Amino acid sequence: MIFVFIFVAFVFEERSGDNQMTSEVQTYPDARGRFGAFGGRYVPESIMAALDQLEQAYAEAQRDPAFSDELALLQRTYVGRPTPLYLARNLSAQLGAKVYLKREDLAHTGAHKINNALGQALLTQRMGKRRVIAETGAGQHGVATATACALLGLECVVYMGSEDIRRQSLNAFRMKLLGAEVRAVDSGSRTLKDAINEAMRDWVTNVNTTHYIIGSAVGPHPFPQLVRDFQAVIGREARAQILAAESRLPDRVIACVGGGSNAIGIFHPFVDDASVQLIGVEAGGQGAGLGANAAPLSFGQPGVLHGSYSYLLQTDDGQVVETQSVSAGLDYPGVGPEHSYLKDSGRATYTSADDAAALRGFALLCRTEGIIPALEPAHALAKLVELREAGDIRDGEIIILNLSGRGDKDITSVAPLLGVSL
Amino acid sequence: MTDAPIRAAFARAKVEGRAAFVPYIMAGYPDAATSVALARALAEAGADVIELGVPFSDPLADGATIQHAGQRALEGGMTLAGTIAVARAVTEATQVPLVLMGYYNPFLRMGLAQACQAAAAAGVRGLIIPDLPAEEAEPLIAAARPHGITPIFLVTPTSPAARITQVTQAAQAAASGFIYAVSLSGVTGARAALAQDLPDFLARVRAQAGEIPIAVGFGVATPAHAAQIARMADGVVVASALINAFDAAPIGTGLAAVGHLARELRAAALLAP
Repeated sequence: MIFVFIFVAFVFEERSGDNQMTSEVQTYPDARGRFGAFGGRYVPESIMAALDQLEQAYAEAQRDPAFSDELALLQRTYVGRPTPLYLARNLSAQLGAKVYLKREDLAHTGAHKINNALGQALLTQRMGKRRVIAETGAGQHGVATATACALLGLECVVYMGSEDIRRQSLNAFRMKLLGAEVRAVDSGSRTLKDAINEAMRDWVTNVNTTHYIIGSAVGPHPFPQLVRDFQAVIGREARAQILAAESRLPDRVIACVGGGSNAIGIFHPFVDDASVQLIGVEAGGQGAGLGANAAPLSFGQPGVLHGSYSYLLQTDDGQVVETQSVSAGLDYPGVGPEHSYLKDSGRATYTSADDAAALRGFALLCRTEGIIPALEPAHALAKLVELREAGDIRDGEIIILNLSGRGDKDITSVAPLLGVSL
Repeated sequence: MTDAPIRAAFARAKVEGRAAFVPYIMAGYPDAATSVALARALAEAGADVIELGVPFSDPLADGATIQHAGQRALEGGMTLAGTIAVARAVTEATQVPLVLMGYYNPFLRMGLAQACQAAAAAGVRGLIIPDLPAEEAEPLIAAARPHGITPIFLVTPTSPAARITQVTQAAQAAASGFIYAVSLSGVTGARAALAQDLPDFLARVRAQAGEIPIAVGFGVATPAHAAQIARMADGVVVASALINAFDAAPIGTGLAAVGHLARELRAAALLAP
């Protein structure tokens, strides 16, 4: 904690006079993959060597201009980056603030997940592996990984909980169209956490030929760092775009948090800007009770799941609990270790929005801006409305909301909740 | 020496010309009382060390058999504290050294110091935590040492030479009862045949392990497997095959079926002459 205080104080002094600085101070994770107390590598011995190999391949890729050139070219010409930073005038008028939407919903495949999938698929090629596995909850990461594998000619197997396949049948079919094999997971709660368990079991078995493209900023080191770095393009663009539009930094950056990849992607380049408030919104589900939500930073305690030490929804016996959320993409009992670090250091604040609020946020953006958002960022929209109603938003303040994905995939699950049968 | 009971059990088996027989059962499967009875049956069948599984919600190193057993145990209310109570009931009835095998989070949640103290008080001699590699194990080693419990580390066919060195050095520093050599790349569960590269892998581990016994597990299912392994290692771990034997037996005969298979496995595990 002393270290954190000194770090923050140093950054504040360093940056307060110069908001235009773009360099990123990357002091974490440390060599052992720790973000403060969080992170690490809690995995079976069988994949430790593969994690070492991945860490090394990534370090080499970072030093190789050919890698960043290839990634940048694909981001520009294939993904459609930079995505727009859109001033949502109607929404702003309702909220009494200047609300900008970072339009990750306009990225190829309809969400931010492609940023990471493409980066890791390129790394897979560098490591000489030909087979990729992935887990998916809402299906967005599965679709993004299937897309990247189709583009780069890699074999792709996606693990998806059978309950999520039911909720997101459209995305399951999209993956098949893209040439991926979708394997239904029937264990446990049949959602994202069980899909990760099954993908890990596959990786343990096939580690010599296979790379596991984890879809969120979770898992053993170096995954949380890797995913953050590939997603940080969101925040770098947003920072440059807001400075171009407003000649100043935003007052707040807000994003939804499941595993936390879109949030860490937009937060990270603003972490050193002490004046910018960072707000993460978890899935409040049906309430604060254990098992009724998917909000470990709000309601959990630190523990180990899927390879890292981070906040976790668990019983007194240390068993991981099944979660509940209207949004399959946030329906996960853990969270990336860097978010736990940002929470405990006080640099970011985390809160939650429940299912009903998320549906109101969803409907609000549809009607005010003509944009159908994914249910995941609808949680962040809901929190903005709550902040406004609580009088916590000052007139004219500048807010960037990460619109991490589009809502087409959610239509079939939202309709019955609104009493409509399709 | 904190590792004395486990090392002594391996030494006794060696004197008898056998590899140590190390069976595994899941605490609370199919229920707490039966798991105690199973452990006692295994002791009577000549087990040298018994592994007692701690059920966990997300067993990512386990195949279908142990996943299912763990899920049933959790549904029946088994916990880490309950597992330690099962251990106590077992050690009251037998002298066979007991080792807990389970994932890290329940130990963390109970508190490492408290978990080690309670386990030691119940007669537990070692801990196998499959998601705790050597480089993350220092807090557990420190918590376990005052209570005479040692962690047991795993090595796998995918561990390069440098990692095998690292793991065996950690095992030596911690005075582990044995080194757990995972026979294959994969999760737990009975297999038809042993991995082809097993002899080569075990030779690499042996070259580094010094005097620490090596026990081989994952995929070991039949007396023939046990016989093959006994020619290359100091101990044979069998888990899923014993659970499968229990599940396949007609109602009321599960204990006898497990005892029968255990005797066959133990008898087959003869060291090279």
